[in-house]
Amino acid sequence: MARSTTERKAIRSLVWLLVIIIALIAANGASVLFNNGQWTPKLALDLEGGTQITLSPQLASGETVTPEQLERAVAIIRQRVDASGVSEAEINTQGNQNIVVSIPGEPDDATRERISSSAKLEFRPVLVADVPSTDAIDQEGTVDPGTDPSASASAAPDASAAPDATTEPTPSASPTDASDLAWVTPELQEQFDTFDCATVNAVGANVAPTDEPLITCEQDGSIKYILGPVEVAGERIADARAGLITSPTGVTTNEWGVFIEFDGDGTTEFRTVTERLITFTDVRNQFAIVLDGSVISAPRTNAAITDGRPQISGNFTEESALTLADQLKFGALPIGFEIQSSENISATLGVAQLQSGIIAGIIGLILVGIYAFLQYRALGGVVLASLVVAGVITYLIITYLSNQQGFRLSLAGVAGLVISIGVIADSFIVYFERIRDELRDGRSVDGAVESGWKRAWRTILISDVINFLAAVVLFVLAVGNVRGFAFTLGITTIVDLIVVALFTHPMMQLLARTRFFGSGHPLSGLDPMALGAVYRGRAQFRTPVGVTTTKVASSSKEAQRRQTIAERKAAQLSGEGKDAR
Amino acid sequence: MSKLTQFGNDLYTGARSFDFVGRRNTWYLIAIVMVVLAVGFTALRGGFVFGIEFRGGSEFRVEGTSVVEQGTAAATAIADEAVSSVVPGANPRVSIVGGDAIRVQTEQLTPTETEEVRAVLAEAYGVAKSDVSSSFIGATWGADITRQAIIALAVFLTLASIVLALYFRTWKMSLAAIIALVHDLIITAGIYGVFGLEITPAAVIGFLTILGYSLYDTVVVFDKVRENTSEDGVESRRTFAQSVNLAVNQTLVRSINTSIVAVLPTASILFVGSILLGAGTLRDIALALAVGTVVATYSSIFLAAPLYVHLRENEPELKKQGSRQRVARTESGAVR
Repeated sequence: MARSTTERKAIRSLVWLLVIIIALIAANGASVLFNNGQWTPKLALDLEGGTQITLSPQLASGETVTPEQLERAVAIIRQRVDASGVSEAEINTQGNQNIVVSIPGEPDDATRERISSSAKLEFRPVLVADVPSTDAIDQEGTVDPGTDPSASASAAPDASAAPDATTEPTPSASPTDASDLAWVTPELQEQFDTFDCATVNAVGANVAPTDEPLITCEQDGSIKYILGPVEVAGERIADARAGLITSPTGVTTNEWGVFIEFDGDGTTEFRTVTERLITFTDVRNQFAIVLDGSVISAPRTNAAITDGRPQISGNFTEESALTLADQLKFGALPIGFEIQSSENISATLGVAQLQSGIIAGIIGLILVGIYAFLQYRALGGVVLASLVVAGVITYLIITYLSNQQGFRLSLAGVAGLVISIGVIADSFIVYFERIRDELRDGRSVDGAVESGWKRAWRTILISDVINFLAAVVLFVLAVGNVRGFAFTLGITTIVDLIVVALFTHPMMQLLARTRFFGSGHPLSGLDPMALGAVYRGRAQFRTPVGVTTTKVASSSKEAQRRQTIAERKAAQLSGEGKDAR
Repeated sequence: MSKLTQFGNDLYTGARSFDFVGRRNTWYLIAIVMVVLAVGFTALRGGFVFGIEFRGGSEFRVEGTSVVEQGTAAATAIADEAVSSVVPGANPRVSIVGGDAIRVQTEQLTPTETEEVRAVLAEAYGVAKSDVSSSFIGATWGADITRQAIIALAVFLTLASIVLALYFRTWKMSLAAIIALVHDLIITAGIYGVFGLEITPAAVIGFLTILGYSLYDTVVVFDKVRENTSEDGVESRRTFAQSVNLAVNQTLVRSINTSIVAVLPTASILFVGSILLGAGTLRDIALALAVGTVVATYSSIFLAAPLYVHLRENEPELKKQGSRQRVARTESGAVR
């Protein structure tokens, strides 16, 4: 029977909706249980309070930042922020060139300084070290068996005597080159002796002018150094990659190394330096690679590098070689970052903004509800119920994405949600108006629901497509707050389609079967008499000319009563014919 | 049943009809006058007033101070004195936001100055230092957002007109819808210009949302137009213009309902935002939206539909539709 088919279909739709909701709840539950998730969406800084620092690259005109460079910069900044002991900092890229650092609470000056100082890579000769390195610099492809890791390691104990030998410098003479121990003045020596490696990471901005010596440590704090002035700047590196070292005979060994390629000036500079360093036998033979004030590697010089293509060998694993190559390549970003904006929002303001957003949402919902009841009587209940279902689904989706994708709800996002109440309610309005139009054409209530739905669905679909398009374009292209807004707008547009198809329409189908709605009770909002329905036959209607509206209403009553059996059947068929399909 | 339902009935049957299409020259004139006024007044005021995000500068927010009760003048005097003690000659802009907060905007300060100003403001207003939040925004920040927004606008307009042209199978609907959209944007932005309201990134978000909403609203009306006009054959008794006009009338109740329902939440954001928070993200977005939704609904009916008729009525096939009818009319006249 046609009737029960429609009912079954409607119930199936509702079951699907229930499945979707349960699946969302289950997904959320899973992330709460296994992934440290929560049942509430994470909040963005403007709702939670905290500091948001936007860094933008300082670019000369025509320069662009590659995504690779940006990724690297994010990684470096993340290291710096983590090192400063700030937990839960979020570092993201924004709009293909900016970096946004979000920190809960308020960062101290040191952290702020640390974030904004640009990543700086430089090569300095080692003057003093408490432990010599096991890494070595060679001409590419000329590594000899003597420099294999074990040999270097075994050489270490002997060389460790070196620091003692260099602790008595001649302070009076002014240094002649970067490796001159005259750099090490008694004051510097004293600083070096009291220097604590732990402070390199804690203080962060461990920098010295390029023409001054620098006291610093290996990144892990294991070795302490005094370094000479900068010999080669990081920008001179044209390329750096990790790979297996080939022996002089051309056989690939199992040893990982890092291959550097300098540009023209870098080649000259590096040759001059290595030609000098090769003459030393103590730690001054070493060449420190300094990233952001701490030493990432300080290999010994085994050969003068004349072609600008040194290789660094040592105890590298594949991973550590790759890391060093990356640091060499990208750590030397020729771009500095400047703070574009630094926004501090107190936690109380954040809470106030969230509360206002929620209050506005509730007031908006109540007003829409009242208006829906005034306009659509009992159907207003369907509007409210649909809005509530839409609200539940949206909340679950946002919480899920917040757990899985790190989405954070911002104030602009909350505004997007509140505004979506209007857009979602509009779908119901379009649908109900179409149903009423069909009733005016003289269809029965359940027939009107079906044919009204067909027309309304097309309209809702195309208008939501346009809305979704707007959300996607804004999300992809826009920056900052606009994205949070576009995101919630996009989600609610999809939720709108789900709810109107899987809840509102099936509910209408089921309600049309009830006596209250099906017979068009005056309070149901589907009263054909109030809607001035006249059977006009075959989807045509004649304009009642010169008749007052009240007369039209009363005569429509009369016309219905006087319908012939054929007419009545035709009306029912036109409704049910569509049901059966 | 409510009066609106009865009104809807009459509009649907044609018992009552507003001549949206026929009097289009009037609507065009109104639209042109509105656009000229929006642009003219904005220009007279010396262009848009841009928020701190576009000018660049430092901003402080003092929460929970009782000075608010003494009014803006007192608050300004205190802020003036406090800020001047750190940065001589600074001329801070002071406004009361929300129930008990004060916003102080200055030119861009160095981080050290910022810290000092926070301290003196906290002391001056008698609150803890943690209740004074500070922000600084580089002048390029707002410009960046705007540049991206304009790119987004261009891409969206292109994509949307393609989608609409494909769906409605005529580029003329796309064109009419886009013209209405541009009209909406100019008027909405004009409200900010005419009243000298600050344009903040949040307001820009509002403008962008108007994009989507304006087209959305036009599409609903156009879909009914498509439905009505596609049912018309050459033998239709209605001219093309009449069909479109009937469609607009039939969706009028929906348009009224929709704009009321869309404005209710935005108005509540505007209201709650202004009362509880004062100037801020919520208020800026909601103002643009409240104005935009009303203008968008208006333009779908009074601008987009008439424009569409204007663009199409000279098509030979549609002209035929009208002429047939005139013949039919004289025939019926002859019978009488």
